[in-house]
Amino acid sequence: MRPINCIIEEVRSEAPLIRTLRLDRNLDPAPGQYVMVWIRGVDEIPMSFSGPDTITVQSVGVASAALFSLGRGSSIGLRGPLGNGFVLRGKRILLMGGGVGTAPLAFLGEQAKSAGMKVASLLGFRSKEDLIFLDRFEALGDTIITTDDGSLGIPGRASAGLKELDLFDYDQIYLCGPEMMMWDIISRTREHAKKTQACINRYFKCAAGICGSCCLDPEGVRVCVEGPVITADRLAESEFGRYRRGPTGGKGPCRG
Amino acid sequence: MPSLSIHAGGLQLNNPVLLAAGILGTTGASLCRAARAGAGGVVTKSVGSVPREGHPGPTIVHVDGGLLNAMGLPNPSYKDFQDEIDTARVGGVPVIASIFGSFAAEFAQIARSLKADAFELNLSCPHAEKYGSELGRYPDLVESVTGAVKAASSVPVWVKLTPNTADILELGLAAQRGGADAIVAINTLKAMAIDIETGYPILGNRFGGLSGPAIKPVAVRCVYELAGRLEIPVIGVGGISSWEDAVEMIMAGASAVQVGTALLRGYGVFEEITTGLSRYLERKSLTLEELCGLAGRRRS
Repeated sequence: MRPINCIIEEVRSEAPLIRTLRLDRNLDPAPGQYVMVWIRGVDEIPMSFSGPDTITVQSVGVASAALFSLGRGSSIGLRGPLGNGFVLRGKRILLMGGGVGTAPLAFLGEQAKSAGMKVASLLGFRSKEDLIFLDRFEALGDTIITTDDGSLGIPGRASAGLKELDLFDYDQIYLCGPEMMMWDIISRTREHAKKTQACINRYFKCAAGICGSCCLDPEGVRVCVEGPVITADRLAESEFGRYRRGPTGGKGPCRG
Repeated sequence: MPSLSIHAGGLQLNNPVLLAAGILGTTGASLCRAARAGAGGVVTKSVGSVPREGHPGPTIVHVDGGLLNAMGLPNPSYKDFQDEIDTARVGGVPVIASIFGSFAAEFAQIARSLKADAFELNLSCPHAEKYGSELGRYPDLVESVTGAVKAASSVPVWVKLTPNTADILELGLAAQRGGADAIVAINTLKAMAIDIETGYPILGNRFGGLSGPAIKPVAVRCVYELAGRLEIPVIGVGGISSWEDAVEMIMAGASAVQVGTALLRGYGVFEEITTGLSRYLERKSLTLEELCGLAGRRRS
């Protein structure tokens, strides 16, 4: 499959460095799946869906800054949707996320709610200014906010909000955010690992399961095709939260 | 069931179906997984002397009958790769380290520093400046690089050749003169794809290498030509995705085969191919040795 040409129909600012791009077509993704976005002349990067026809980009590197700067009417090339997304299970679910990682969770929560599930959310941000999708989450159900600087909600990391919740109340837990935030939550909620689905990030090159750059130690899980959603019990004994490989394939520290 | 175990290119292999270089070979864990899935041996991602991030994306394009790629030799350098090889060896099959450099002494330095069951010299990557086929299309360089690695190392040395040349046999003969223990043929065919919406070449590097079923007939021809003239074994690679393809490649003269692009279907391809090959040999009452090069003996 060659990249599909796609036009950006609308650009919405979510936070100073975060924008949502609405595409001219619905690729029918499952929440948690991703698409490889080709910014022509720059690079191709994985982006997760924040809705059936939207992606939400945070400007962090050269390629995401280029995508962030594209206006209405610009075109991009798309390969996807790819990978395994979240699977909805049970009647009561909890969404836990942070930063731009809340994007696929908002999408998932909306699908869950229309399927009749009861949805609650625990969301962490650096500061009040970085908050995104609050209206979407509040429309779904109870929403707890934490901020690192204490400018809104509970002060501290997202895990600071765990004391407000009884995780036994939920049939399934969905997690997406910076790696250290997810790791923090996974390591504090080990007895719930089997019912926790985490959408994780590794360095993708081929996004087809053959180049090996995203493989997770020690099992060699090909995150680009077997993930990016992986249950927390498979992550607990893995490299996740300890180290990650960069573009060269060499090991480096986890971000966030 | 007939035995699939063979001795080829200085290695004892449980079966002749190996994981090709550049495929799921960045981490020891993924190499180990290939071994446990039934690969007779595994070849690592090519490693050089300094870390490289590789080309910008897109790094692959699906095309009719195959795959175009321009990864750009990303690797953490040999100084940061021994751990991956050691982890891969837990899989219990030979681990062949693919190495690249831009001159003979650079190859030799890497070979001296890494411990692996064998080396495969990447003299054939078609899309990295100053590396791969930019050296590998010159017979004298193929010979001198091979000789330098042989002198620097005590393990078997395989030389992977490029088909992007008028005469691959010349390159094979040069590797043999340099002391190669086996030839691996072929690497990808230099190719490109263009986005007709905008005119942009799709690959970040513009040029890449074509692999997959589309190149199998080219690979079969190369292996046939090489095996017909060389005294050292030839490992066949290029578009093998089924046991039938493996039989064809072995009939062309390959002592063993490597599988790459077919891994798009997952790790199950190793067992599919070895099981099919085994059944075929049984049905035909042939041994692997008898199958090898059968096409060359059928000339009237």
